[in-house]
Amino acid sequence: MNLSNIKKEFPIFKNKNLVYLDSANSSQKPQSVIARINDFYSNEFSNVGRSVHALSIAATNNYENTRISVQKYINAKSKDEIVFTKGATEAINLVANTFGQKYLKEGDEILLTELEHHSNYVPWHYLRSLKGVKIKFAEVNEDGEVSIESIEKKITSNTKIIAVTHLSNVTGAILPIKEITELAHSKGIPILIDGCQGAPHLKLDMQDLDCDFYTISCHKMYGPTGLGILYAKKKWLEELPPYQGGGGMIKEVKKDSISFGDLPNKYEAGTMATAQVVAFDQSIKFLEKIGMNSVIQHEKELIDYGQEMLRKNNSVKLVGNPKKKGAVLSFTIEGIHPHDIATILDEDGVAIRAGHHCCQILHETLGITATARASLGIYNTKEDIDRLNSSINKCKKIFNLK
Amino acid sequence: MNIKELYQEIILEHGKNPRNLRKTDNFNKDAKGYNPLCGDNVHIYLKLNEKKKVEDASFEGSGCAISMASASIMTDLVKGKEENEVKEIINDFLGMIKINPELKSKNLKDDERTKLMCLSGVKQYPMRVKCATLSWHTLISAIDNTQEEINTERLD
Repeated sequence: MNLSNIKKEFPIFKNKNLVYLDSANSSQKPQSVIARINDFYSNEFSNVGRSVHALSIAATNNYENTRISVQKYINAKSKDEIVFTKGATEAINLVANTFGQKYLKEGDEILLTELEHHSNYVPWHYLRSLKGVKIKFAEVNEDGEVSIESIEKKITSNTKIIAVTHLSNVTGAILPIKEITELAHSKGIPILIDGCQGAPHLKLDMQDLDCDFYTISCHKMYGPTGLGILYAKKKWLEELPPYQGGGGMIKEVKKDSISFGDLPNKYEAGTMATAQVVAFDQSIKFLEKIGMNSVIQHEKELIDYGQEMLRKNNSVKLVGNPKKKGAVLSFTIEGIHPHDIATILDEDGVAIRAGHHCCQILHETLGITATARASLGIYNTKEDIDRLNSSINKCKKIFNLK
Repeated sequence: MNIKELYQEIILEHGKNPRNLRKTDNFNKDAKGYNPLCGDNVHIYLKLNEKKKVEDASFEGSGCAISMASASIMTDLVKGKEENEVKEIINDFLGMIKINPELKSKNLKDDERTKLMCLSGVKQYPMRVKCATLSWHTLISAIDNTQEEINTERLD
């Protein structure tokens, strides 16, 4: 697929004025994904896994087909290791809840990092009052990275699980997750990787990475909202208790006892986001058609171009300077609050996000209340970065800055 | 809508050099406000005399140009007014930001009304209304001494 024409695949860019730089928040959707949702509801809709009629069988096959696509895409060993959830947030809640229930007790420690999104902190927080566990944070350095050393420093004999982001949604730092996983395993500690920002931008190989849990947000990956993926090693899904109870996840229900379904049904209670799952297959096909190597190369060129341009721009300060950086450009402008920047940029059709990006701990550590963030997707171009820069200059003019 | 209507000179000027950005000595009423979406925070201090007249008003906090200008203009204009007049002005201001085309309060002088109307530009930017109203909701809380921290996500 030719990347120079990629915007044509996304109906939203019929609006030629739009410069969409908020993909870390949520990405836009290609026509193939939108069409698949429409088609499924129009011609093929049925609930899955319950009835024996033809529609239900076809829908079930489509639904399970996406599971196999995801398995192949992330190179998981078995399709039973892929659990659909309502989002990455639910995927992390699932692990925190069930792992906490079964394995954690007072005095145990959970190790996170200062880079974590609230969704990889708040679910663990509940275990403080429920189980009396402690939460520790590996420190971020001034470049906005978390090194393997800073993680090692915080591991104690009480550390029972480590949960770290793959790619920071603020500084863009790509963490050395393979080395962190090796370190964790060398000490017998399981590891969860929050792949919300990693999955849309990096190549994934679960068998090579060997992590215990990996969570994905489908709407950040050119897919529908309301859908997330939990990858978990089979042994964990077998050992951990179910998360939610309801239809679809049971084997046998009696007045005095209940047995639970096989994997992965055990973790998919109730009617799932069927159309979204079916359509997500198209998101994977879309990425496969481009090829992750092309995605990585294209985004690297853009991020280098963007960093260089913003560094040259007086009074713009980039937040974080990690050696390995993903598709995020967070910045501040001395004298203009990020929310004012975002409103003024929006007037030019440049859509960015401002605030703490669900990372209050990181912002406090960095000593800033908020940042402006331009985040990239496969559809962005150097012209988009040029327009970002010229809108920033307009902000400075309105606020009388040089 | 032109962005210049939102960022009028008077807003930019108050945003850059906020008045009363300090802590009132011997304040007898105060309250904190917080907008969890953007991290804006404000702490309002009031000193009322025995006749319930505002002797001094001030604030501490950080935020965008709109929220700083709003707190600056607000603390300036409540000084010297009586508590019930202040309450009436707050209702008038919040009513104007939400729905009313104009300010109706008789407790506002012409120049005060003009200054407050400079903030009316946020009406076109629903996501920014909370920036303009945070300090005002916090002022209500300070006057009523509710001790409850104002959180914009729990307001209408």
